[in-house]
Amino acid sequence: MTDMTDPLMQDVQGPSPRDLLKRRVKGHLGLLTGVGIVGLLVLVAIFAPLLAPHDPYAQSLMTRMEPPVFLGGDWEHPLGTDHLGRDYLSRLIYGARVSLLIGAVAALISGVIGTAMGVAAGYFGGKVDAVVTFLINVRLAMPVVLVALAVVAILGGSLTVVIGVLGLLLWDRFAVVMRASTLQVARRDYVAAARSIGASTPRILLTEIMPNIVNNLIVIVTLEMAHAILLEAALSFLGLGVQPPTPSWGLMVSEGKNMMLFEPWLVLIPGIVLFLLVLAINLMGDGLRDVTAPENRS
Amino acid sequence: MTDDTLLKVRNLTLDIPVGGGTLRAVRGIDFDLKRGETLSIVGESGSGKSLTSLAVMGLLGKGIKRSADEMTFEGTDLLRASKRKMRALRGDRMAMIFQEPMTSLNPAYTIGDQLIEALLLHRSVGRETARARAVELLEKVGITAAESRLGQYPHQLSGGLRQRVVIAMALMCEPDLVIADEPTTALDVTIQAQILRLLVDLTREMNMAMILITHDLGVVARVADKVAVMYAGELVETGPAASVFEAPSHPYTRGLLRCIPQPGKTERGAPLGTIPGIVPSLIGEVSGCAFRTRCPHAVPGCRAAIPMRGDDVHGYRCVHPDGAISAEREIA
Amino acid sequence: MTEAVLELDRVRKTYTVKQGLFGKRKPLTAVNDVSLSLGKGEVLGLVGESGCGKSTLAKLLLGLEHPTSGQVLVEGESMDALDRRALASRLQPIFQDPYSSLNPRKSIYDIVSLPLRVHSIGDARSQEKAVKEILDVVGLPQRVMNTYPSQMSGGQRQRVAIARALVMKPEIVICDEPTSALDVSVQSQILNLLGELRREFGLTYLFISHDLAVVEHLATRVAVMYLGRIVEEAPVAELFEAPKHPYTKALLSSVLTPEPGLGVPETSLGTAYPNPIDPPSGCAFHPRCPMATEHCKAVAPRPLATADGRVECHLHDPESPIYAKAAA
Ligand SMILES: Nc1ncnc2c1ncn2[C@@H]1O[C@H](COP(=O)(O)OP(=O)(O)OP(=O)(O)O)[C@@H](O)[C@H]1O
Ligand SMILES: Nc1ncnc2c1ncn2[C@@H]1O[C@H](COP(=O)(O)OP(=O)(O)OP(=O)(O)O)[C@@H](O)[C@H]1O
Ligand SMILES: [Mg+2]
Ligand SMILES: [Mg+2]
Repeated sequence: MTDMTDPLMQDVQGPSPRDLLKRRVKGHLGLLTGVGIVGLLVLVAIFAPLLAPHDPYAQSLMTRMEPPVFLGGDWEHPLGTDHLGRDYLSRLIYGARVSLLIGAVAALISGVIGTAMGVAAGYFGGKVDAVVTFLINVRLAMPVVLVALAVVAILGGSLTVVIGVLGLLLWDRFAVVMRASTLQVARRDYVAAARSIGASTPRILLTEIMPNIVNNLIVIVTLEMAHAILLEAALSFLGLGVQPPTPSWGLMVSEGKNMMLFEPWLVLIPGIVLFLLVLAINLMGDGLRDVTAPENRS
Repeated sequence: MTDDTLLKVRNLTLDIPVGGGTLRAVRGIDFDLKRGETLSIVGESGSGKSLTSLAVMGLLGKGIKRSADEMTFEGTDLLRASKRKMRALRGDRMAMIFQEPMTSLNPAYTIGDQLIEALLLHRSVGRETARARAVELLEKVGITAAESRLGQYPHQLSGGLRQRVVIAMALMCEPDLVIADEPTTALDVTIQAQILRLLVDLTREMNMAMILITHDLGVVARVADKVAVMYAGELVETGPAASVFEAPSHPYTRGLLRCIPQPGKTERGAPLGTIPGIVPSLIGEVSGCAFRTRCPHAVPGCRAAIPMRGDDVHGYRCVHPDGAISAEREIA
Repeated sequence: MTEAVLELDRVRKTYTVKQGLFGKRKPLTAVNDVSLSLGKGEVLGLVGESGCGKSTLAKLLLGLEHPTSGQVLVEGESMDALDRRALASRLQPIFQDPYSSLNPRKSIYDIVSLPLRVHSIGDARSQEKAVKEILDVVGLPQRVMNTYPSQMSGGQRQRVAIARALVMKPEIVICDEPTSALDVSVQSQILNLLGELRREFGLTYLFISHDLAVVEHLATRVAVMYLGRIVEEAPVAELFEAPKHPYTKALLSSVLTPEPGLGVPETSLGTAYPNPIDPPSGCAFHPRCPMATEHCKAVAPRPLATADGRVECHLHDPESPIYAKAAA
């Protein structure tokens, strides 16, 4: 009567969510570009000792301010040297470590804080929600840059301090978004079903709620990483971030700014890399939102 | 066709490009509608009912490809009408009532403003006249203290009242055709009866044609003059309501009627009729009868083109000359 | 009546809601002193208008909400005294929207086996066996185990939800509009399935629906709810053949059976569903009741026992001044 070769005979429809995701990722140029650039920079940061042609700290007063090859320099220092004769390419490569480390760790710390607060507020509601909302408002009332400047000025600048300060300051967006997403997901019937089954609250949070809000979380992680990297650069530029001689892109811009009119490449090179990194992270975030959002519909 | 044919649709086909192919959402639909007549389009979710009505209104989303042999409304060729012409028709000569009243009312404006605007958009009358008309219509749709309601916002009204306002808005310009897409699905049974009664009375009083989209066979039976049963983008049976309900000729129509418990007819607690299986995916090449995957009378011939059988008024699309009624009689 | 497996004893649930952005907090009584009992093997149909408190009642029965006052008894024991596991193995829900009741990130196997895993019933092998069995019972092929909800139709999803509810072999199933989101052709499959399962496993159902034809078909008793109160309760035949409360009458007369030519009935019922934050005085139904009198506006009716049920209406209260009018 019915034959299974008939193209209309199918009882499971369409690809699985995983296949769908794969298909969407493959077709998303922005996402692939972003991931490519960020991935490349991560590799550069990890293998910095192998890739850097020179010691980034080695000064040489004989070869100061040598121009990069494209401005007539030689291949000994492909991107030239800075005012202390340090190899610019090597400093740039090691600088990727600082930027990525700060971005990743600051986003991790604030992500943990913000997600815990947001999910708790969204799921438990009531007093917990009131307290979290209050804390978010307090935090939003503080100007990040000023607070960071003040703290760094008091404690003194260092990598750890910068990471710590940024990690403790950038959780607001995590908390706001996670609270809203949790509120939405917690109302779904599958959460009620899990509760009727007798599942414990941690289990519900981890297996029913988290998997359904994690895509929003990833997007915020990328945004805040970019945010932290830019803030570090700004702090370092003002001399209040990472301290010399640590190679940091923000510091490189700062050190080059005195010579900007005569040797603009000193500022442009770290500036462009910084711009590229932030752009790539943002492309990645936007792309992730695009490829995961369609499943959020229902 | 006689002169009082208001809307004529021939071979309407709608294709939607989707990831991985073309969704053949509506395939070759024909229907006519006369003034004062109510046509009910009934069918499973996703069968293309809403798309069909949107195609008539010229409100299809971008990317949806519409083609037809003929589509005329009051002598206007809808296939070739300009955007401006369509805008002028919509809300004036034809109006639409959606399922969710909140989506068709703007929460930022009072219902009075919205009603008046609906008229001023198409008629050059004064605000006072428009206001009077708004009050008149609100009273007509059974809203008490109409004058004072004009200043209220949509969220201040209950769902049933909101749907009445939407109906009043659709009728401001005395359209010739109203399309109601599941106007009562979101409402309670008591309110549903009131709203449907209102629609029936008003269409009769104003000699309007109505297309009522629903998946509730009870609503169809009580309201429609003509029924069009849709399945997976095709019209499988069409005819006068009485005739379709008394002599359902397509296996799908009969299946549907057996699925619903009918007080007094179905024995309490006894198993209901079912249509096993699920609606097929319509992506890619679709040929033959789409119901064959769930039909008890399917034969290899169902994969070929299916003829329209029956007469001018009551037709059905099936390979079996009698829609295999005979097979069911033998079992019964 | 058979022994009660589930009872509500004068249960009330009051929410506080804020009106508007800066509005005052006001109490909203969603379930108002409801007493109800569910006998073993019964199917109690619960009908009523949107917002009358049906889902809230279901949540109270499931232990998802705590009553503001009164108590819920499961087989005579107070629900608070039962631990979650014991409760879960006796009482399971089936929700309305099969698109929201299944976690989109989990495979069908994970969804159906969750109750077994939560309560560590059996090892992985026996869990898999139990899942396969229950999928078979609800009529799903085993190959769906590794698929995801997004790959299934509404009817298939609802079968998964039923499988999840039944895998623990509960005695009572709370169905909150289990077929409202489904097409009629799928609805009948699910209704048949629920009927079969009831016969096979001796289940007891609370069946919430706004489709009276469905309730009439499946239920053995029916309770009619209006603004947080049960206004009438009776065996199904009695309620449908001789409704007592004017609201029940209006509900029944609004049912549209698929009989062409009958037209749409006149319900003689006002449109305004009362605001639950500011309920009407006296009998909550009086603003819409065609039989309302001054007495109804002033005095709330008391519950009256009938032959096998109850009704809450002055017209049926021998002590009320308008008692005689019921006959007229
Ligand atoms: N803009 C769109 N893009 C892609 N697919 C669409 C679009 N609009 C409709 N469809 C698809 O076309 C088919 C018919 O849709 P339509 O809305 O007409 O169904 P319907 O009969 O009104 O169903 P329902 O009873 O659920 O309202 C469905 O499979 C739907 O998913
Ligand atoms: N968590 C809540 N907070 C405040 N009010 C609530 C809450 N849940 C329900 N309510 C209110 O309680 C009343 C009863 O709601 P409930 O969901 O039980 O209605 P229902 O009978 O199930 O309606 P429907 O048929 O629309 O599902 C409504 O007025 C609703 O607005
Ligand atoms: Mg539709
Ligand atoms: Mg409900």
